[in-house]
Amino acid sequence: MKIKRNTLLSLAGIALLVGAIAVADATLGRFSVRILNLSAIYIVLALSLNLLNGFTGLFSLGHAGFMAVGAYVSALLTMSPAQKDMNFFLEPIVPFLRDLQLPFPLALLAAGACAGLVAVVIGVPALRLRDDYLAIATLGFAEIIRVLITNAQSLTNGAQGLKAITKYSTTWVVWSVAALSVAFMLALVRSSYGRTMKAVRDDEVAAEAMGVNVFKVKSTSFVISSFMAGVGGALLGHMITTIDPKMFTLTLTFNILLIVVLGGNGSITGSVIGAIVVTVLMEALRFLDMPMNFLFIKTDGLPGLRMVIFSILLMIVVLYRQRGLMGNKEFNWDDFLGIFRRKGASGAGGRS
Amino acid sequence: MELSTFFQQLTNALSLGSLYALIAIGYTMVYGILRLINFAHGDVFMLGAYFAFYAATSLAMPWWVAFIVAIGLTAMFGMGLERVAYRPLRDSPKISVMISAIGASFLIENVGIVVFGGRPKSFPSIPLFDTVVHLGPVSVLSVSLFIPVITAAILVALLWIVNGTKTGLAMRAVSTDLDAARLMAIDVNRTISMTFGIGSLLAGLGGIMWTMKYPQLNPLMGVMPGLKCFIAAVIGGIGNIPGAVLGGFLLGVLEIMIVAFLPELTGYRDAFAFVLLIVVLLVKPSGLLGKHQAVKV
Repeated sequence: MKIKRNTLLSLAGIALLVGAIAVADATLGRFSVRILNLSAIYIVLALSLNLLNGFTGLFSLGHAGFMAVGAYVSALLTMSPAQKDMNFFLEPIVPFLRDLQLPFPLALLAAGACAGLVAVVIGVPALRLRDDYLAIATLGFAEIIRVLITNAQSLTNGAQGLKAITKYSTTWVVWSVAALSVAFMLALVRSSYGRTMKAVRDDEVAAEAMGVNVFKVKSTSFVISSFMAGVGGALLGHMITTIDPKMFTLTLTFNILLIVVLGGNGSITGSVIGAIVVTVLMEALRFLDMPMNFLFIKTDGLPGLRMVIFSILLMIVVLYRQRGLMGNKEFNWDDFLGIFRRKGASGAGGRS
Repeated sequence: MELSTFFQQLTNALSLGSLYALIAIGYTMVYGILRLINFAHGDVFMLGAYFAFYAATSLAMPWWVAFIVAIGLTAMFGMGLERVAYRPLRDSPKISVMISAIGASFLIENVGIVVFGGRPKSFPSIPLFDTVVHLGPVSVLSVSLFIPVITAAILVALLWIVNGTKTGLAMRAVSTDLDAARLMAIDVNRTISMTFGIGSLLAGLGGIMWTMKYPQLNPLMGVMPGLKCFIAAVIGGIGNIPGAVLGGFLLGVLEIMIVAFLPELTGYRDAFAFVLLIVVLLVKPSGLLGKHQAVKV
């Protein structure tokens, strides 16, 4: 009976969410809708980093690189030859790529696939390393990708970036992708494959002794994560409509890391909540960078103050509440209802 | 390429390599003792330059006083950073400490942008460092000659501290086995604090020398040198001080020489270090002078 109740509640919750998004999309202004959609993209990105960081125990700092690959692939594949000619005014684009144009869903898949392919190439050497060496190696690869994109003038338009990318990232598109990612992650984490990932995270040597092919698990996780990062990057490009190599620096990876750590390393619910909270806060705190006028004190705009707040937030979480918002727990109805019915606290805390 | 151009580039390369070496030492010492990549080290380097700038301009100190004050402040800052951001996490998983380091790095950079302003500042010229010296056909800025000499002197002093004093003995003990060192009545916290102090002092000195050579200050100036010097430390064998110096020189010489000999690769300059890093990690992960350490289960 209980399981049935929870299923019903979940269905009702999903229906409510879909309704809420529909209402928000129809009534909110363009700026608010943009923030709403940005949250969805950050959900995809945070989940992909959490898969590595939280579930497989691989600390990667190369996310921005995979996002860049995805964003460029999808942008170039969806542009018409005429648009490409307009963008590539310094040096013409290679003819093969000029005439290639795919519909958006295919381009999005191609973006993920290319990012995944790059991950295979990078993963073979990089995943032999551990902990901090892996972090610095992935950071290195991301930097190399960025330098390559900056210099491949006839392929990516170099430092000028790409402008006038078609705005395919509508509310429904980004939220569908976000929902798919959540569903996929839930299924993955609960599968036997997800359990081997957690085994590798908790104790690599023990996992290996139990017959887990550690390298295979790590590389699969790395490739899946990069695929999602590529898709997320592509969605971001189709939302902002301009991309250039300078967008994809360590700062971008830092933002996603902030979401994952804040939400809880190893919690899907945490990443979803973290993505929404951080995205909304990022926009809500934008006033900090603007000129301010208190009663007596006037400041003439301090760009960077917003990021100071976020850095402090990250430090506080790491120093005082390492588990983040959710720890490694997931949302479930029993716990949620338990908050309202104190005495009926079932205590069925779901450890993922 | 003419011989004189070659020597010109070589002097450039040597002074850049010396700067890399100074900063790489800080990384290698901290990593040797805590097994931690101090991501904020590059930002400490940036602070050193800014401290000197404000001491010399706003406080109108003579340049050598300003330098000493700035280096002292930077060393103190490094010790404070360890206390606030790393010490509370001494027993936490490695990933937490690393996230804390990344957070600290971003915090310093952004506070830097707010306090110092995002617009680049230029360091007032100091005649002693700013004159052009002619050595035969080669003409260089005098600072480019000072830098390798200072680095060499520092290296000798540092090797003496690490190998010849009690503090150095404590450092080596803590880096070999932190818990055993504590049992031997070594004040572990003090030793780690010392290490951060020395590392940050060198970063401060490096930052000041850097602005003498490239007189532009901006709050993000430490990011790239920071990453590259960590790479230099890895190339030389992390935890090994002569190794860090060797790695720093190697990286500096390679960067300048590749651009000098193959100008068409100039756009890729920032990627050299990372490519080199990956090659070293694959071929000899313990670095050129590092010892192989077995992973304990």
